[in-house]
Amino acid sequence: METLERIIADHPFFAGLESYYTGLLTGCASNVRFNAGAYLFKEGEPANNFYLIRSGKVALEILPPHNRPINVETLTEGEILGWSWLLPPYIWSFHAHALQDTRAIALDGKCLRTKCEQNHDLGYEVLKRFGQIMARRLQATRIQLLDMYAQK
Amino acid sequence: MKTMATLETTPAVADPMLPQPHVVQRVDKETPDTFSLTVDPQDGVDDVAFRPGQFSMLWVFGVGELPISISGDPTQRGRLVYTVRSVGKATNALVSRKVGDGIGVRGPFGVGWPLEVARGRDVIVVAGGIGLAPLRPIIYEVLQNREQYGRLVLLYGTRSPRDVLYRKELAVWARQPETQVLTSVDYGGLSWHGHVGVVTTLFKYARLHPSRSVAMICGPEIMMRFVTRELEMQGLKREDIYVSMERNMKCGVGLCGHCQYGPYFICKDGPVFPYERIRTLLDKYEL
Repeated sequence: METLERIIADHPFFAGLESYYTGLLTGCASNVRFNAGAYLFKEGEPANNFYLIRSGKVALEILPPHNRPINVETLTEGEILGWSWLLPPYIWSFHAHALQDTRAIALDGKCLRTKCEQNHDLGYEVLKRFGQIMARRLQATRIQLLDMYAQK
Repeated sequence: MKTMATLETTPAVADPMLPQPHVVQRVDKETPDTFSLTVDPQDGVDDVAFRPGQFSMLWVFGVGELPISISGDPTQRGRLVYTVRSVGKATNALVSRKVGDGIGVRGPFGVGWPLEVARGRDVIVVAGGIGLAPLRPIIYEVLQNREQYGRLVLLYGTRSPRDVLYRKELAVWARQPETQVLTSVDYGGLSWHGHVGVVTTLFKYARLHPSRSVAMICGPEIMMRFVTRELEMQGLKREDIYVSMERNMKCGVGLCGHCQYGPYFICKDGPVFPYERIRTLLDKYEL
């Protein structure tokens, strides 16, 4: 059976991370499972985790006033969900809605923040990786804002 | 085995300025504002072959003339299909044609997708919005001549689930061997369980072999700029990337200058260009 540490070490997000650090991360990790239709978290709730998605599909949804939720992004196997745990005020900005049965590794944000404060090398490694994801998603969001397929 | 008429140059058109009468055979509603018109030559009118990526000038009598890419199967000689989005008076008139109505057709015109370059290699097709229409003939070509090409990877992004073109065909293509079809919408509703995100976000799911691939892109220019950057990041060489450009084509044969794009005329030198040839022009907003 795959151990949590093995899964974390093999995940592309943590590629190149020393085994000492994956050991530290594993201390904050747990296996989680969500049925299709369940919410991993909702906007406004405390952001205490992030997730390495192992299988399934999760939609990030915004709830416009007096309207139905809009799905602004989907995330699937191998992707990272959530960075609100990393920055104050540690509150989720979106709903995360499982569109399929979803398995993930949840990493406890409070636990990880504490370890990153205690070990800045680990903190830098974690921040570098989230920085890349944030930059790519920011760029994708900007392209999305162009509404490039709309009638002009 | 079906083969298409492979032509290195634009098929000779008897008089390129004279619209040939055609008759509407079918009108298919693809999305709420986009329709596919199937037309055949009127009795006595010669049919013409076209290459994937070429376009025609379609004349709606009394309304006007429009450049529209050919979106049908190149093996069906004589039968032409055009996918048209209704955005104004002329396109409205075009999509309002009924079966049996007549339209005028000039062409086909322009340079198509590089079939000779693509043979023996993987073909990456990246389409945005109605940009899938000019790429559909190349998809037909690859799927009907499977042994002549490597893998086919189609990345298709559009605005919302209701704007997805050729839904049934996308599902059929996805089941073909050595074929990967990925579709994404920029905004999804509750009923959409597919991918949501801009078309560039599909690359993380694509199984690509950049060194043996050729990429063909059609969509809004801003989309093509981001897609070409992503393809280069994936390891494709610039010379293996082709884009289809759009401008206000009028004469279709490089005489009137309406579609001038830097030193080129889109109607004659394009609409398909090697990316390397026009790369520096794509960043100039005044063009």
